[in-house]
Amino acid sequence: MPEKKVTTSESMAEASQPGGSQAASPEAARNLIEVNHFNFFYGQKQALFDIKMGIPRSKVTAFIGPSGCGKSTLLRNFNRMNDMIDGVRHEGDITLGGRSIYDPKLQIIALRRHVGMVFQKSNPFPMSIYDNVAYGLRVSGEKNRRVLDEVVERSLTGAALWNEVKDRLRDNALGLSGGQMQRLCIARAIAVEPEVLLMDEPCSALDPIATAKVEELMETLKEQFTIVIVTHSMQQASRVSDMTAFFYLGRLIEFGPTQQVFTRPGQKQTEDYITGRFG
Amino acid sequence: MTTTTKDPGVMNPASQAASISGIFEEFTPGTSFRLVLNKVLSLLCIALALATFVPLFSIIYLLVIKGWKHLGIATFTQLPPAPGMAGGGIGNAIVGTGILVAIAMVMAAPLGIFAAIYISEYSKYSKLANAVRFTAKLLTGLPSIICGVFAYAMVVVTTGKFSAVAGGVALAVLSLPTILLTSEQALLNVPKTFREASQGLGATTFQTIWKVVLPEAFPAMMTGMMLAIARAAGETAPVLFTSLFNSYWSKSIMQPTASLSVLIYNFSSVPYPNMVELAWTASLVLVIIVTITNVLSQLAFSRK
Repeated sequence: MPEKKVTTSESMAEASQPGGSQAASPEAARNLIEVNHFNFFYGQKQALFDIKMGIPRSKVTAFIGPSGCGKSTLLRNFNRMNDMIDGVRHEGDITLGGRSIYDPKLQIIALRRHVGMVFQKSNPFPMSIYDNVAYGLRVSGEKNRRVLDEVVERSLTGAALWNEVKDRLRDNALGLSGGQMQRLCIARAIAVEPEVLLMDEPCSALDPIATAKVEELMETLKEQFTIVIVTHSMQQASRVSDMTAFFYLGRLIEFGPTQQVFTRPGQKQTEDYITGRFG
Repeated sequence: MTTTTKDPGVMNPASQAASISGIFEEFTPGTSFRLVLNKVLSLLCIALALATFVPLFSIIYLLVIKGWKHLGIATFTQLPPAPGMAGGGIGNAIVGTGILVAIAMVMAAPLGIFAAIYISEYSKYSKLANAVRFTAKLLTGLPSIICGVFAYAMVVVTTGKFSAVAGGVALAVLSLPTILLTSEQALLNVPKTFREASQGLGATTFQTIWKVVLPEAFPAMMTGMMLAIARAAGETAPVLFTSLFNSYWSKSIMQPTASLSVLIYNFSSVPYPNMVELAWTASLVLVIIVTITNVLSQLAFSRK
């Protein structure tokens, strides 16, 4: 029963930003990603309606909301993963560090190196642990053995997996446990040193212990990366995030500091959802 | 409760016990008929299932009985005997079939595989992809003799001679749709999550295909190729009037070339017992080759 309990995660209760959607005005410098009047369509069906928000740098931002509310769709637009689907189109703009990600001059490959992604179902490649982590560097042309070795160790250490796998880097990644696989995917994503790490329900297939490890990891990763996480777990959102955005039926209903959204939600719908009284 | 008592709401323990014990004496009309019918139909299914083994095992039995006498080293190393002579082998036909199939695969495999990559990875729903897919499906049902006619017109007529290349073209046309469709299926069976993960790390579409998708699809693609080879090796009609036959070792792929299937066709209708026996031996060898290819493809697939 998810009650209206708020954890003590040192969500830096930013006194500014009083609920509601953010304007792209003075805080623009602090926001790494800006979404401006963004509409998104799957064929005829509109999935996102006039989204306007700013994702702050070096913070964890959580997207919550019921299934089909558009939170994953928005997340997958940040690295243009939705381009892989046929028949999609968008209106409005998303900027990363002040530049539009839809700029025709921008190489989509470069964008994806800067905006890494961890998926709901851990999806390591059917190759060795080492090759999985080195994949992102190798596809962008890195061949130097020493560099690769170093990055693999640093990334696995960063994903809190190094000690568990350092003696079997050559083993197939599919032999790892579910929680280890997901941390491997995180290691693989951070190996290319992105600025943003998108996490699409990264813990939904993990047991509580593995979930705790991944959450702990996010706490340390946010020093280096701007993290956006989609989650179905209210507790997780309140534990790990600094900012929370609540989506419903393709619209951004409320966006603000996590503590505020969970204790004094500005909208009735938000309150109903986070207290589990959703109808 | 079906019984109409004064108090239908309350379950009477006594009547319940009576109704349960009642099932032992119960006899509704038609019960025994249904049970008998069930037995009869079950037995019928078993009998017919067993009957499907009859043709298969009779063929293999016949081939082994008639063909094994001539099986030996000479079968694989010697040329067919002249009419009325004893001994000899089918070496040139075995090699010829190998050459024909090899030529066919060299032509059909790259075409089929690259076309499959295009229609499954690059442009799944484009008009071109749909047209290719539709054509391939139509071609799978194409009678094999049409492939022979096509290769005759395209290669034999233009080059002015029967050759292994002409036979290879006929078999390539025959195998192309199988290779294309099985390869496409193999690629489609690779989970979408691999492609997403790869592209999410900044890999290009080509890198994703080359490093992740193809290795994963490879065993299933090989299976499709093996099945195409097995079918091509046994075809007679397309090679009958393209590579014709050759009583000797062929020295070039631009010469008429012997093949097992045409050797069987030719030798089974002559009045010389030795050659008829060789036709049986060739049949046995052909079946063994096809069986081995099929088993290999199964192994390649299950290794995964």
